[in-house]
Amino acid sequence: MSFLQFSNLTKTYPGVKALSGISFDVRKGAVHGLMGENGAGKSTLIRILSGDQHANEGEIRIDGDVQAYGSSRDAFEHGVIVIHQELQLVPELTVAENLYLGRFPAKAGVVASAKMFADVTEKLKNAGIDIDPRQKVKALSIGERQMVEIAKAVMLDARVIALDEPTSSLSSRESEILFTLIDRLRAEGKVILYVSHRLDEVFRLCDSLTVLRDGKLAAHHETLQGVTRDQIVAEMVGREINDIWGWRGREAGAVRLKVENVSGERLPEPASFDVRAGEIVGFFGLIGAGRSELMRLVFGADPQFSGATSIDGAQVKAGNPRQAIRSGIVLCSEDRKHDGILQGRSIEENINVSSRRHYSPFGLLDRKREVEVAETFIKRLKVRTPSRKQDIVNLSGGNQQKVILGRWLAEQGVKVLIVDEPTRGIDVGAKSEIYEILYELAESGMGIVVVSSELPEVMGICDRILVMCAGKIAAGLNRDQFEENAILAAALPDVKQPTEIAY
Amino acid sequence: MTNQLKKILLGDQGIVLIFIVAFTIVALLVPNFLTERNMLGLLQSVVTVGIVACTMMFCLAARDFDLSVGSTAAFTGMVAVMASNTTGSILVGIGAALLCGAFVGFVNGFVIAKFRINALITTLATMQIVRGLALISSDGRAIGINDPGFYQLALSKLFGIPTPVWILAGLFVIFGFVLNRTVFGKNTLAIGGNPEASRLAGVNVDKTRIWIFALQGVVCAVAGILLASRITSGQPNAAVGLELSVISACVLGGVSLAGGRATMAGVIVGVMIMGIAENVMNLMNIPAFYQYIVRGLILLLAVMLDNLRSSAFIRR
Repeated sequence: MSFLQFSNLTKTYPGVKALSGISFDVRKGAVHGLMGENGAGKSTLIRILSGDQHANEGEIRIDGDVQAYGSSRDAFEHGVIVIHQELQLVPELTVAENLYLGRFPAKAGVVASAKMFADVTEKLKNAGIDIDPRQKVKALSIGERQMVEIAKAVMLDARVIALDEPTSSLSSRESEILFTLIDRLRAEGKVILYVSHRLDEVFRLCDSLTVLRDGKLAAHHETLQGVTRDQIVAEMVGREINDIWGWRGREAGAVRLKVENVSGERLPEPASFDVRAGEIVGFFGLIGAGRSELMRLVFGADPQFSGATSIDGAQVKAGNPRQAIRSGIVLCSEDRKHDGILQGRSIEENINVSSRRHYSPFGLLDRKREVEVAETFIKRLKVRTPSRKQDIVNLSGGNQQKVILGRWLAEQGVKVLIVDEPTRGIDVGAKSEIYEILYELAESGMGIVVVSSELPEVMGICDRILVMCAGKIAAGLNRDQFEENAILAAALPDVKQPTEIAY
Repeated sequence: MTNQLKKILLGDQGIVLIFIVAFTIVALLVPNFLTERNMLGLLQSVVTVGIVACTMMFCLAARDFDLSVGSTAAFTGMVAVMASNTTGSILVGIGAALLCGAFVGFVNGFVIAKFRINALITTLATMQIVRGLALISSDGRAIGINDPGFYQLALSKLFGIPTPVWILAGLFVIFGFVLNRTVFGKNTLAIGGNPEASRLAGVNVDKTRIWIFALQGVVCAVAGILLASRITSGQPNAAVGLELSVISACVLGGVSLAGGRATMAGVIVGVMIMGIAENVMNLMNIPAFYQYIVRGLILLLAVMLDNLRSSAFIRR
C-alpha cells in the first residue's frame, strides 16, 4: 500500500530542468533510498518535499491527500520533516529547549521547566536515545545532534522523515546508533526517505530504492533483493557522452606544479600530486571528498599543517594567496559568492582587481588599460551584460563565474591555473568556450587543474583524472584508462576496488 | 512615475539631487541664509566633520568603523597646543600632533587587522583610552595657546576664504583622487565588497586596513589642530560625539555600511546637508536641545535610505 506518492514531479530553474516527470511510490513502514550523482536532482526533490521549493508540475500525495505546502512550516504541520546535512538546532539552548522550541509548555509566560525536562527524558528514553535533555546542544557531538533532530521529528509525530546524507559527518559507531533508530522508526510505520551516496548503508537500511540521473528517474527498485552494487552504479552513471568537449591531444612537458604531502585543518591526510606543463588534470569526487580543500591548501587560501608546493622547482610560500599569485599559481574558487565576487563593484573592477598591479605604476590606475582588459574578457568569455560598469551582483551566477575566470585570465605570468567547478551554472555554449580556452592555455604550456563534480566533464576534457574520496586521493587514471564505473567506484566511499594505479 | 523617482533618488546621484533641492528650498525660505557671511560660516562649521569624513569614508567602504575619531581629534589638538607651548615652535606642535594621530590610527588598524577584533569594539576601546589620555595630559583643564601665531591657522584667509576651508577642499580633492584613481582606493572598495575574495585575489587586506586607520588618525590630527586653533586652546573635552556626526554624514552621502560602496561627491554632499541643517536651525533660532532630535532624525533617515538602496540593488 503506497503511502507517499510522487507523481510527475517536474521542476525547472532558469535554463535547467532539475526534475522532469518523476513518479514513484513508497509504502508505509519502509525506508526508501534515494541515490544519484551530484546534480541528479535529489536535493531538489527533497526541497520540494519539505515545502522549501515548489514544483512546476506534478504532485506529492501522503496517504492519498495531495500536499500543497506554501512553506516548510506547512510541511511540518503535515507531518513531513526533512533533516538536512546542516542541522537546525540552537547551540546555546538545552536539548529539551530545542525540542520544545516555539511551543514551550508555559503558564502565564513562565516556562514549566520541570514538566518539559520530564517529558523529554521520557520521550528520549522511549526512542532509545541516550542523551541528557539538560545538556546544551553545543556540547553534543554531531552524531548526538542528529539524534536530537530525529527525536524532534518523532515528537512532532512525523509521518514522513527525509534524511539528507545523515552519516556524512558521523563516525561508524554513531552511524550504527542512527541505523538502530531508523529501524525502530520503520517498525513504527513511518516512511523514511534516505538520501545517501554510500551503497553499504543503502543495502543495510533500505527496503526500496530510487535512482535519479540528470533529473530523470533512472531506476526504481521495489525491493533490493537481487540488485547488485554494479547495477546501481551503472544506473547512476549510465549516460552517453557526447563529444561536446572537443578534447585534443597535447605533449605534456616537465613538471610544473609539484604538491608534496600537503595537509591542513580540513584535509588531515597529506596529499601529493604533480601537474606537468601543458597538462589538464581533473579532480573528481563527491561533494565533501576534499577536492576544494586540497586546492585551497595548494593555493595558500588556508594555512598548511604540513607539506610543500613548488612551481617549476621553486618553492611557493604557504598560506599566502598573494605570494602564490606572484609565484604563478592562481585559483578560481568554487564558492564564487564567498570567495570570488566583489559585491557592489563593477564587472570592470572585478576583472582588474588582481592583474592591475602589472599596469598601475606607483599605485596609480591606468584607466584606459583597465577598460581594455575588461572589454577583452567580457567579449572573450561572452559575459552577458549591458555594460562593463554593471555591478557584478546583478549578473546571473554563470556570468559571475565568467567574470571571475576573466580575472584570472587577465593575470600575467600564470604557470598553474586551478579552476574549481569552472562550468557550474554555465550554459552549454559557454561551456565549450571555456573548454577551448583551457586547451589554448594548456597548449601555451600552462599546467591546469580542473576540479569538477561532473564526471562527463572531467572525462571529456582532462588528460588525467585523480579521484578523491573521503579526504584522500583514491585513484589516478590516464586518459586511455578512463572508465566511468571505475572512476565512480573509486569516488564512492564504500566501493573500494583494488585498482592500484600509479599517479 | 514613483518608480522613476525612486530609481533616481536611490541611484548614485540621488543624494546630490536631494541636496540641490534642499539647498534651493532653504535659500528661498530662510532669511540671511544665502549671504556671503553665512556661507563662509557654514563652510567653517563643517570643516571638522568634513575633514574626518574623508577617511571615515575609506573605513566604512572597507566594512570597518571608527568610533575613536572624536577622542583622537581632541587628543591631537591637546598635543599640538602643549608641544608648541613647550617648544615654542608651532611646526613641532603640528608634527607631534600628526605623529600621535598616526600612532592611534595605526594601533586601531593593527589590532583590527592582525588580531581580527571587531572594529566597532576596538575603536570603542581606543575612543575611551585616547579620551583618557587627553584628560590626563591636561589634568582635565583646557590649555591656552601661548603663541598667537597658532590662531592664524584657523583665522587666516586666502582670497577671502578661511584657510581651514581651503584645507578641507584640498583633502576632498586628494581623497577623491585616492579613492577613484589609485590601487589603494580600489582595494579599499574591493575589501568592503568581499574581504575573503579580495584576499584570494591577492589584495593585501591587512596592510590596506592598517593604512586606512593610520590615515584616519593623521586626518583626525589635522582636524584636531584646526579645532584647537579655532577655539584658541587645547580642550580635552573637544569633539565629543564627532564620530556620530561624521558617520551620519558619510551614510547620508551614500557610503554603504555594508562596505564596498562610496563616492567622494556623496560624502561632500552628506557633510553639507548635515552642516546646512544645523546652520538653518541656528538661523531660525531653534534651541540647541531640539537640534539633537533633528540630527538623530537625519541619521535615521540616512540609514533607511542606505537600506532602501541596498535592497533596491539586490532586487535588480
